[in-house]
Amino acid sequence: MTDSSSPVDGASIEAPSAGRPGGRVSSGFGRYLLKHVGGAAVSLLLVLFSSFFIFRLIAGDPIDQLTKERPVSPEQRAAMRAELGLDQPLWQQFIDYITGTLTMDLGESFQYRRPIFDLIVERLPATLLLSGTGMVLAVLLGFWIGTRSGWKQGSRYDKGHVATGLLLYSAPTFWLGMIVILVFARYMGLFPVNGMRSPSTPPDFWSQSVDIGYHLVLPVLTYTAVVYAGYLMIMRSSILDEIGSDYLTTARAKGLRDDEVRDKHAVPNALLPTVTLVFLALGSVVNGSIVTEAVFSWPGLGRLFVQSIFYPDRPVLQALFVLFSSSTILAVLCAEILYWFIDPRIRRS
Amino acid sequence: MTTTTPVSPRALLWARRRQSLARSWAAYRSQRTGMIGLVLLGTIVILAVCAPILIDESALSVTQATGGRMAPPSAEYPLGTDEVGRSVLALTLWGARLSLIIGLTATLVAILIGTTVGVTSGHLGGWYGWIALRVSDWFMVLPSLVVAIALLAVLGRSMSTTILVIAMVSWSGTTRLVRAQTLTVQSRPYLERARALGAGHWHQMTKHILPNVLPLVLASATLLVPSAILMESSLAWLGLGDPSVVSWGSILNRASSNGAVSAHAWWYLLPPGLAILLVVLAFMMCGRALEAVFNPRLRGEQG
Repeated sequence: MTDSSSPVDGASIEAPSAGRPGGRVSSGFGRYLLKHVGGAAVSLLLVLFSSFFIFRLIAGDPIDQLTKERPVSPEQRAAMRAELGLDQPLWQQFIDYITGTLTMDLGESFQYRRPIFDLIVERLPATLLLSGTGMVLAVLLGFWIGTRSGWKQGSRYDKGHVATGLLLYSAPTFWLGMIVILVFARYMGLFPVNGMRSPSTPPDFWSQSVDIGYHLVLPVLTYTAVVYAGYLMIMRSSILDEIGSDYLTTARAKGLRDDEVRDKHAVPNALLPTVTLVFLALGSVVNGSIVTEAVFSWPGLGRLFVQSIFYPDRPVLQALFVLFSSSTILAVLCAEILYWFIDPRIRRS
Repeated sequence: MTTTTPVSPRALLWARRRQSLARSWAAYRSQRTGMIGLVLLGTIVILAVCAPILIDESALSVTQATGGRMAPPSAEYPLGTDEVGRSVLALTLWGARLSLIIGLTATLVAILIGTTVGVTSGHLGGWYGWIALRVSDWFMVLPSLVVAIALLAVLGRSMSTTILVIAMVSWSGTTRLVRAQTLTVQSRPYLERARALGAGHWHQMTKHILPNVLPLVLASATLLVPSAILMESSLAWLGLGDPSVVSWGSILNRASSNGAVSAHAWWYLLPPGLAILLVVLAFMMCGRALEAVFNPRLRGEQG
């Protein structure tokens, strides 16, 4: 749905497949899929290029940073360079980097002296738990309120919720997190200050789950509070677009109750354009979780990223840069593919 | 146009511009939230500009600090003190200057890039247009904070790199908006007329497309400033800001690294955070009102 524009768009990529005999798909789905997969592949390649450019070319020699505390002989330096592959010509380094990334060999972290792949696997569940819970809550809350807000545009409910949403949206995530900690953990003592689990919890599954859930409350609260307003506004304006439609008048004329008209007729149509926006917002999901994890010392990927800034642990920064960027690109690709199935209009164009 | 004696085209043009400006202003004024935002914003800008008159710069010096360590609000320090005994009020007031300057400059740079790329790619099209569209789409999808952190981590910390990096992660939205508007304008008859009269690309872009695109750019710029300010504060809070200056984000960075939360020093945390919130809110209120003025589709919807 994004490129309504240029006729040249992707024509060169599609040409071979369109001409290939035996392509069963007559609906044009193959063409559509290929165009978007091709676009995503180019974007992913760009991510690899830019990460190499940023971290190898702009950043300069990592040996200086690795050895800043102790004096090293030129021989040692040369040995370290050889170990990191820095003695190779640039194009060789680039090829090594690409093949390494594609085979999940991401190198070793400077600060932990461990393979980065292991570090990521270790921390991924924490991030998925926090941002997954937060995002689901934010989407549900935003859509629920947004629907009602848009339906009764200009009412006190609408004005109150738009104002609250904008207010929370304007608050910096990290600051809101600090205030939440101050109020709910420090003053009231209701929840733990930070981290994901207490060391004293018994190791069995249930105690651990309860403990993690207990630690999860404040980060999720902060995260949801900042993010849901965006979804609220998306859903609200989407409902507003539908509100004058003839089919709603018809539904009312049938004698349906107001909330039936809203939930059975307006909402399904209004949801359609929001799907892509929700996926497109994954970039902000990543942004939000980085900051939230940093405030609450949540042991996930975002915190790893922030901790690596000052070491500086460049291989980790680079790997996470690629991971975060490519996951948003893939999410957008998913949205585009999903859109084909849920919006029939796109098939006709 | 009223009945006037023949005037030069230039004067006519200006009269028309004044008129449309007056119309837009009237439409803007009718929106209560927009006016509240404008007043709020005006107050903050005046306070930021007058900061040197209200409080001497020496109040920011670590060595000349006179207050106690994280002392609660008192008559002498209405908002308490920080960990070295500086007045939080002075810090917040002076921080406004930096946060506003960085937010506005970064937006300006982003808008310049975004408008240039948007107009040229929409107008010229072809391979250039296709590549420009791809690149701006790419920037749009990437998580902005991740890119900003990565760039700042390798470029080093200073005010100019912060501005540049924020601009780099925020120009793409404007490009997309401007490009779409350019394509609409492009198909209008008056552009055809201009082409038929032999107008070159430069003339078409600057005299015909740009004036039509600018109102939208203004509205989107007003909405870009708050996100730039939020981005700056997040980066500064993470410790990636210019270490030699005081911005709201860097105040909060010092607050959290010196244990203000565990010391229950709410006076240290609230003022800079609320300041960010208010500025962002004010800009968003103005931006939404402007959007309603310039985007007819939203008219009738009064936020």
